[in-house]
Amino acid sequence: MCGIAGVMTADGEVPSPAALNGMIRMIRHRGPDESGVHVEPCVGLAHARLSIIDLAGGSQPMRNEDSSLWITFNGEIFNYLELREDLIKKGHAFATNSDTEVILHLYEEKGEDCVTYLNGQWAFAIWDRNRRRLFLSRDRLGIRPLFYTWAGKNLVFGSEMKALFVYPEVRRELDLNGLDEIFTYWCTIPPRTVFRGVFELPPGNSMVVEAGRVTVRPYWDLEYQDDCGAVDAAKESDYADRLLDLLIDATRIRLRADVPVGAYLSGGLDSTLTTALIKKFTDTRLRSFSVSFDDAEFDESPYQREAVRFLDTDHREVRCTSAQIGALLPEVVWHTEKPILRTAPAPLYLLSKLVRDSGYKVVITGEGSDEILGGYDIFKEAKIRRFWRAQPNSHMRPLLLRRLYPYLDNIQSQPDAYRKAFFHVQVDPALEAFFSHIPRWQLTARLKGFFSDSVRAELGADNCYAAIAAALPRSYSSWQSFCQAQYLETKYLLPGYILSSQGDRVAMAHAVEGRFPFLDYRVVEFASKLPLSLKMKVLDEKYLLRRCARNLIPTSVQTRRKQPYRAPEGASLLDAAAGEYVAELLSPTRIRRDGIFDPQPVEKLLNKFRRGAAIGIKDNMSLVGIVSTQLLVHQYIHHFDCKGIAYAA
Amino acid sequence: MPLNEELRQFVTDNFLYGKSSAGLADHDSFLDKGIIDSTGVLELVAFLEQRYGILMQDHDLLPENLDSIDNLARFVGSKLSRN
Repeated sequence: MCGIAGVMTADGEVPSPAALNGMIRMIRHRGPDESGVHVEPCVGLAHARLSIIDLAGGSQPMRNEDSSLWITFNGEIFNYLELREDLIKKGHAFATNSDTEVILHLYEEKGEDCVTYLNGQWAFAIWDRNRRRLFLSRDRLGIRPLFYTWAGKNLVFGSEMKALFVYPEVRRELDLNGLDEIFTYWCTIPPRTVFRGVFELPPGNSMVVEAGRVTVRPYWDLEYQDDCGAVDAAKESDYADRLLDLLIDATRIRLRADVPVGAYLSGGLDSTLTTALIKKFTDTRLRSFSVSFDDAEFDESPYQREAVRFLDTDHREVRCTSAQIGALLPEVVWHTEKPILRTAPAPLYLLSKLVRDSGYKVVITGEGSDEILGGYDIFKEAKIRRFWRAQPNSHMRPLLLRRLYPYLDNIQSQPDAYRKAFFHVQVDPALEAFFSHIPRWQLTARLKGFFSDSVRAELGADNCYAAIAAALPRSYSSWQSFCQAQYLETKYLLPGYILSSQGDRVAMAHAVEGRFPFLDYRVVEFASKLPLSLKMKVLDEKYLLRRCARNLIPTSVQTRRKQPYRAPEGASLLDAAAGEYVAELLSPTRIRRDGIFDPQPVEKLLNKFRRGAAIGIKDNMSLVGIVSTQLLVHQYIHHFDCKGIAYAA
Repeated sequence: MPLNEELRQFVTDNFLYGKSSAGLADHDSFLDKGIIDSTGVLELVAFLEQRYGILMQDHDLLPENLDSIDNLARFVGSKLSRN
């Protein structure tokens, strides 16, 4: 796992090594073990290395035998041993034992299609000198990041946007449409980012720059098929066996590393199962890591302890306080490079520090399971809303919504008459394709009431769902509504928030690589073809996975209700540790100067928090969203400083 | 302060965060205008109980009573007149 950066010049000039060194220095946190730069006419590639595979021989940028190909690569190719063997049979000679070199030889063999053979998580650039072609690619699900922009006619790219911003002529301006998307979907819709003119290569896409032409094309996408209806016991058992076999193999190849691999253990079904599967392959005591909270509302440590006892791991825990969240938010936003509406990335930032301080670079985690196997409440919620919509006058059907959110007091005490409106039981027919997500998106979009008049005027009355509607695949409308909801979660929120703001960025801030067995593309493709009743049986989420986990994990963890990962929210930003920078960034003078928000409502919101009257999701998301946006503007627009993070604890 | 004005002030401060409510007519639905969210209803109920000493029963929690300034004023007025 590493950081990459590079430049392709339009006029054939040799890029400045100093500029490339400057870029890679900005993301040195991703790869503190080594760094390297290669320049030649037309192209410059840079690399910051976190040494995990072939510690002695895997330095980058790496070239092939005749130096006609050069690569800078961030990620891991988990099936590299099998690919290497095939390539050797075809006559390829390897100089190293690294997975990086496998990509080079595979490109020699297959060209751009090489990516379809890879099982892993990657962002890389290959310079093909003979064809004067730059080939960039990003993994299927967007585990590893890749951004690009244009400095004049020169292409500039890198693992994080901060690397791009140190290259001469790259401008740092907020893209208000990107901000609008964050304040609707919690993420931007690729290729858009929150910075104008800076783009993200969408997951599952490759990009070719050749002869002055740029082509971005998808090589993979999620695909669902018609539900095959009822499943008998024998078939169900067969599906369970196949899922478990796939997960075992996905975990096995993710243990390939020349350094020890640890595990995140949240106390939930997914990470407890992946930890149990790791134990099948290791004789040494597995090191596991978790984060816990003082507040019982968020804390899962009793389940974590139970899993630790059952699996006999050597466990380390970091306790996260509300004050720490407030104090760490500036560093977190520096790394997420986008506003966040929840504080949840902060505890994970603390957790990756614990991993790193414990001498570990690699952890296996349970991300992706909820998206692909039907675990999220939003899937269940949509199912109940449809059930209610069929009999809108029913008094019993809405009671299911109360069962759905036992951990949310406000939902519990909500009048039935209102619940119907808030859960958008009836939606505008034009938005039917987004039925599952309308309550979340419309609630989030209300935060835009804090935008200043000038921002709202610039954004205009555009349909904020237009970008996402335009990006949907042609087959989307033919999918079952459950699969449509899965697609929206997996395609957008997973890479745009879960794997980035809560994943890559906060883990790589401390040079820790996450590996995700549930996101092995074989598991994802298998899950997408499962009968719906095996994902959610009536209202039992991840039904098939729970069945697979029987006897492998503690019964209490296997049968517990899903508890979404959450952390203390807005109040943490009023704590003494954060109070000073929050007061400064949210002062009427600063708000007016930055021009994004309207000072008066921001002040009212802050006062509402100060008098303890802010209780709802909207107030909390508003404060976190406004503070993180103001931090982003301060750190990236007004005071972009290569030497340190403004307001860092 | 007239009841309608006082209720408008509460709605403006709490749900519009002080932004002008000039565009909000007394008969406008809070739900249709996207002014109130799920926790907003609870805040509204707490305000009515504290400010006017009204005891809110479950069957009172209806949009017909709470979903516009007019509805609120009518509901509060009728509760107060019964006390």
